[in-house]
Amino acid sequence: MSNSVLKLFVTGRTRRSREAVRNLRSLLSTRLPPAYDLSVVDVLENPEQAEMDHILATPTLVKHGVEGTIRIIGDLANTEEVVELLGEKGSSEESAEDRKNEEDG
Amino acid sequence: MSKGTPAVLEKLDVGFEGFDIISYGGIPRGRATLVTGTSGSAKTLCAVQFLAEGVKRGEHGVFVTFEERPGDIRENMQSLGWDIAEWEQEGMWTFVDASPTLDQETVISSDFDLGGLLARIEHAVHKTGATRVSIDALGAIFTALGDSKVIRGELLRMVFALKTLGVTTIVTAERDAEYGPVARFGVEEFVADNVIILRNVLEDEKRRRTIEILKFRGTTHQKGEFPFSIVPERGIVIIPLSALELKQASSNVRISSGNGEIDTMCGGGFYRDSIILVSGATGTGKTLMTTEFMAGGAEKGEKCLLFAFEESREQLVRNATGWGVDYEKWEKEGRIKLVCAYPEVTSLEDHLIQMKDAVDEFGPQRVAIDSLSALERISTQKGFREFIISVTSFIKHRETAGLFTSTTPTLTGGSSVTETHISTLTDSIILLRYVEMYGEMRRGITVLKMRGSMHDKDIREFSIDGKGMHVGKPFKNVVGILSGNPQHVSALEEERLKDMFPDG
Repeated sequence: MSNSVLKLFVTGRTRRSREAVRNLRSLLSTRLPPAYDLSVVDVLENPEQAEMDHILATPTLVKHGVEGTIRIIGDLANTEEVVELLGEKGSSEESAEDRKNEEDG
Repeated sequence: MSKGTPAVLEKLDVGFEGFDIISYGGIPRGRATLVTGTSGSAKTLCAVQFLAEGVKRGEHGVFVTFEERPGDIRENMQSLGWDIAEWEQEGMWTFVDASPTLDQETVISSDFDLGGLLARIEHAVHKTGATRVSIDALGAIFTALGDSKVIRGELLRMVFALKTLGVTTIVTAERDAEYGPVARFGVEEFVADNVIILRNVLEDEKRRRTIEILKFRGTTHQKGEFPFSIVPERGIVIIPLSALELKQASSNVRISSGNGEIDTMCGGGFYRDSIILVSGATGTGKTLMTTEFMAGGAEKGEKCLLFAFEESREQLVRNATGWGVDYEKWEKEGRIKLVCAYPEVTSLEDHLIQMKDAVDEFGPQRVAIDSLSALERISTQKGFREFIISVTSFIKHRETAGLFTSTTPTLTGGSSVTETHISTLTDSIILLRYVEMYGEMRRGITVLKMRGSMHDKDIREFSIDGKGMHVGKPFKNVVGILSGNPQHVSALEEERLKDMFPDG
C-alpha cells in the first residue's frame, strides 16, 4: 500500500487554521497509520487548489480514496471521529514516522 | 441614511428587456441584489442572464453555483441561445463550482469558516477582472453545511467582501410560497439592500410570471408586480405596464376608416394616432370593418398590420375577396401584413411580445386586432387588463392608428368585459348591433364616442353586400336599441318628444 495524501485546507494563519494543523499533526504522530502524507494548503495562496477540490469551508481535511472522497470540516478537535474515518494505527507494520510536506501537489 | 449629500446611485443594466424601465436603469452598481422566488420561478436564468448581459458588453463575470452543476447550467442555457462554454474559453465567464459533491462521507464539526469559498470567489474575480458576480442559490449552502450562526456570519462576510471588491452581485435564494416570507433561511438579512421577487403564480389554471422590485435601498424604482415571459435568445422579457406614459402627441390629421359613410359619421374620419374599438355581436360586421380599415390604409400607400385571432389566413383572404379586397396582392406589395394565430398557442404575455416584435419589424401606420375577445379566453382578468393597457399604449406611442374589435356575448345590446377594460383607453368607440324589427334582424351602427370631434349621434341602419358596408338612414321610431330591447314608438310620440327637447 503506497502512501495516500491527506490535504488540509486552511485560511491563512487564523486561530482555527493553526488549531487544525496542530490537531492533525498530533493525531498523525499518535493515532493515525503512518501511511499518510500530509499537505497543508493555504487557500489564500493557492485558491486554484481549493477550486479543484471543491473547498467551501476551512479548515477542511480531504482524503481521496478508491471508495470516494472523505471530507472532514472543522478544526479536527473531534479526535475519535477523525480516527474512525481515517483508520487506526496498528494494521501497518511500518514505523510511525509521519511526513509533513507543506504545499505540494 | 445619514449622508449629507445623497449621491446618485449608479445603476447597472441586467439585460432583461423592460427591467431598465421598472428599475429606472438597472440594479445598483457595486452592491448585492437578492433575487428570490419559488422553485421554477427563473432564478437561475436571472443569475445567468445578468452575466450574459455583461459578456455582451465586454464585462467579465463570475458564476458561483451552489445547486446546479456547471455542466447542467451550460447545457440548459444552450436552449436559450447562450454558449457559456465559448465564453469560458474566451475568459469572459468563470464558474466557481460550489455544487454538492458526491463524497463517500462528509463530517462537519462546528468550528469552521467559509474561507475556501471566499478565496475561490476572490481569486476568480481578481484573475479575470470581473465586474459582475452571480451567486445561485444561497439557500443551498445551509443544506450543505447546516444552518448555524457560523454560516450566517460567514455569508454576511461574503457579501461584504464582494462589496469591497467593487463588483455588482446578484444573489438568488429560494422561497416557499408566492406570498409569504421573502426567502428561506431568512437570507434577506445578508443581502438586505436590494430585493427582487420573481413569482410564478397559478391562477385560474394559468401560469403567470411576474417580477417585483421589493426594495432598492437609496434609490427609486417602480412598485408592484410586472408580468414577464421567457423568450429564446432574449431570456427574461418584462412587460412594463405603468412605464407607458400618456405623453404621446395628439394629432389632428384625419385618416379614412376605409368607408366614406363611416368617415362622415365620425366627423371626417379617425384621427391619425387614435385607438378605435369596434364592438358587436358575432356576425355584425366587425371583421368587415377591419378589412375596410386595412384596405383604406393600403390604398393610400400606408402599411397596415392585422393580427387575426379568430380566423385562419385562408378564411381571411377569402372573406376579404368576397368584399372586393385583395389581401394577397397587397401583401406582395408589402402594404399589408396578416399575422394569424390561434390564441391558445401561447400565453398572453408571449402574444404581446410577438405582437410588439411584429410591429417593430413591419413598421405599420395602421394596426388592427380582430378580436381582443378571442385573447380574453386565454388569460385571467387581471392579465387581460394589463395586456390591453400595454398594447394600447404601445400602439399609441408609435402614433399609429389602431382598430380593435370586441365581441359582445349577447346578440342584441349588452357590452363585453373587453369594453369595460378598454373603453377609457380608446379614443373612439363604434357599436355594431343587431336590431330586431318586425320579426327581422337588421343591423345598426352608432358612433358612441369620438374623442375631440363632433360626430353623428344617430343609430343608423347598415347593410352588407359584395362591396362592403353601406350605412343608411337612422332608425326612426325605435327606442331601446342599445339596451337590447328595441321598441317602436308612434310618429306622434316622437314628435312630442322632439318638442320636449328642442334641438336635442
